[in-house]
Amino acid sequence: MGRDALLKEIPHPLSTMSTKNSPPSIFTLVWDFFASVKLALMTLCIISLASVIGTIIPQNEALSWYAKRFGPQIARFLDLFHLTDMFGSFWFKALLGLLSTNLIICSLDRFPGIWKQIRADNLAVPVKRLISMKRNASWTTSLPPIKAVEELTLRLPGNGWKTASRETENGTLLFSQKGAWTRLGVFVVHASILIILIGAIIGSILGFKGSVSIVEGQSIEKIQPFGAAAFINLGFKVRCDAFNIEFYQNGMPKEYRSHLTIFEHDREILQKSITVNNPLTYKGITFYQSSYEGYKDFIVTLTDKDNGRKKTFSVPFQKQTEWQEEEVRFGVINVEAEREQVTRIKIWFTDQDGSPSVFWMDAGSQVAVDREGKHYLLSAKQMYSTGLQVAKDPGVWWVYSGCILMLLGLFTTFFMSHRKIWIFVCEKNSKTSIYMAGSANKNKSGFDGIFSNLADNLRNIKKITSK
Amino acid sequence: MNSSQLLGITTFTYLFSTLLYVAMFVFKVKRMGKFATGFTAIALLIQTLGLGLRWYESYQMGIGHAPLTNMYESVVFFAWTIIAIYLAIEWKFRIRIIGAFAVPFAFLAMAYASLSTDMTKNISPLVPALQSNWLIAHVITCFIGYAAFTVAAGLGVMYLVKETSSSKRTSDDKTLLGSLPTLPQIEDITHKTMIFGFIWLTAGIITGAVWANSAWGTYWSWDPKETWSLITWFIYAITLHARYTRGWGGKRVAWLAIIGFFSVIFTYYGVNFILSGLHSYGSN
Repeated sequence: MGRDALLKEIPHPLSTMSTKNSPPSIFTLVWDFFASVKLALMTLCIISLASVIGTIIPQNEALSWYAKRFGPQIARFLDLFHLTDMFGSFWFKALLGLLSTNLIICSLDRFPGIWKQIRADNLAVPVKRLISMKRNASWTTSLPPIKAVEELTLRLPGNGWKTASRETENGTLLFSQKGAWTRLGVFVVHASILIILIGAIIGSILGFKGSVSIVEGQSIEKIQPFGAAAFINLGFKVRCDAFNIEFYQNGMPKEYRSHLTIFEHDREILQKSITVNNPLTYKGITFYQSSYEGYKDFIVTLTDKDNGRKKTFSVPFQKQTEWQEEEVRFGVINVEAEREQVTRIKIWFTDQDGSPSVFWMDAGSQVAVDREGKHYLLSAKQMYSTGLQVAKDPGVWWVYSGCILMLLGLFTTFFMSHRKIWIFVCEKNSKTSIYMAGSANKNKSGFDGIFSNLADNLRNIKKITSK
Repeated sequence: MNSSQLLGITTFTYLFSTLLYVAMFVFKVKRMGKFATGFTAIALLIQTLGLGLRWYESYQMGIGHAPLTNMYESVVFFAWTIIAIYLAIEWKFRIRIIGAFAVPFAFLAMAYASLSTDMTKNISPLVPALQSNWLIAHVITCFIGYAAFTVAAGLGVMYLVKETSSSKRTSDDKTLLGSLPTLPQIEDITHKTMIFGFIWLTAGIITGAVWANSAWGTYWSWDPKETWSLITWFIYAITLHARYTRGWGGKRVAWLAIIGFFSVIFTYYGVNFILSGLHSYGSN
């Protein structure tokens, strides 16, 4: 495995040991294999190609579906290599595992070198090397060396630059640097990927996802997670009090809303109406509005105005229902519908006295039914069930933290650099000579400008003081 | 004057901008450069007004939302972002000739938006899934990324064109290709544009994941759109790593910028029409 340019610059103790002396041990070979960027690039390429396949072959359909679409031979082949649930397959997870191992070893391998660069004693750099640097400037001044050092120190940039100096045999070396820590940015990015993957693992072990459908007025306390046989007990009850759907004038859906109530030990804990993008979370379990189903049944609520008695019924279409206490019989005999949503309902209603009342009403509205000597309120609407996505994912905060770290790390890696400036002041032929050099690990052209501006600025010391 | 008229005009202004930049390049008339830049800036302003007006009109219709919610609006915004990023690059690097390679993409996007019969140009209300504050954050971050990668692909083409010239490392007006920036210059700008796009694409994927989690309870479901955005992310990640650690540069990176662009276009457009998934809003 070829070492990369970074390591050529700063040899890692482990790698120099192995290349110079005895033949490399198995440990070193394995380590070097996982520490190589080539492996990372290969793994990324393979994951990308696999992902392409995973988007071309529709995922998670029934085996019969693949047989119908591609023929039984190919269907069996797809099943054998888990191409029908590729992203959940063992080999795809293994690829992600390989990438993670690669990331970890790569980072461990490079960290000591980078750390050395951050902690390096830049005042120990020999003057000869300074002069040979790409970015350098030199000039002489009539100021005595001590005075020159003083003036230069004053004029070195502030805002985050840290300056140090050291006396050597031949003169004084000044050093100033900024952003040494930015060299760690790349580790932050790599760590963030691992944190996101840890979050995903936590979610898949400690969390669950499922969906449930609740008919209006009914409640559930168990969830069957996707792909699992056993139900999970929620530990509380969720009731769907009502489901509403609203449309825009052009017929597009505007809002799906479920009114949910949570009960614990038959005690009402909280109520919330959820919409898409606005879920309900209770005890770490979140309920998302995801679908609905309209029934041919109706929900009819009757109130006896005189004695205040009230009862809600689920009423099948064109079937007579009876409220025994009040000796009332009623039913839905016809409906008007728009886009499969019932908009108007025709009610048939009778009690002991007189002929039946038959009338149309808007779905969801309440009307007064006045009988001989009796007064009722009646509301009726189509019955729905709401489809909820239910999820518990304790790993999600790991994932979000990883995402924030990734953005911070990328910004640091790409837009911030470690900049260094050295200035050497010495006496030569009864004149004070000044040598300046600088380096930056990134955005070198940007640093060129800063360096030459600073050099011009520092050269002016002589002029100011000689006046 | 309504937003459709303004956006219609934009198609022609970007065509004219393209012609100005190409003429400046082909006929080597440096003086035209300033005019091209000025005209493009005005064209951007007209488009900005068009987008702003469309936003305002949606409020007048009682369904107010940012003009970023269907395929037509996204293509228009894509063109807007390409021009905005291109002008920023021109201003930062002081190289006008890039316009001849970047502005045509914005014109093509606008021409497609205006002429295509596949998509509705109507302002339509938001379906429940799109009613989220994450909508604007997600679309803007993604499209800044997409547009930066588009400009990077234009620069990649420019690099490959310059590569065929005899004066690779110089920039002068003696020959047609000689007037292009030097190869190291183009490479540097391509690289920086890709980095810029990479950070925004990352932010776009993240905002998409957060949104998906708040709407469906799953931040990642390997749906084709998500997967393709990740594939695109990998392509640029591979490019950046190959450059940093294996010293890849020049032609290889130029080609990768172009390959990456095809992946972007497939993520953005191809997935909606060829593969099915959660982003079906985009296909009408």
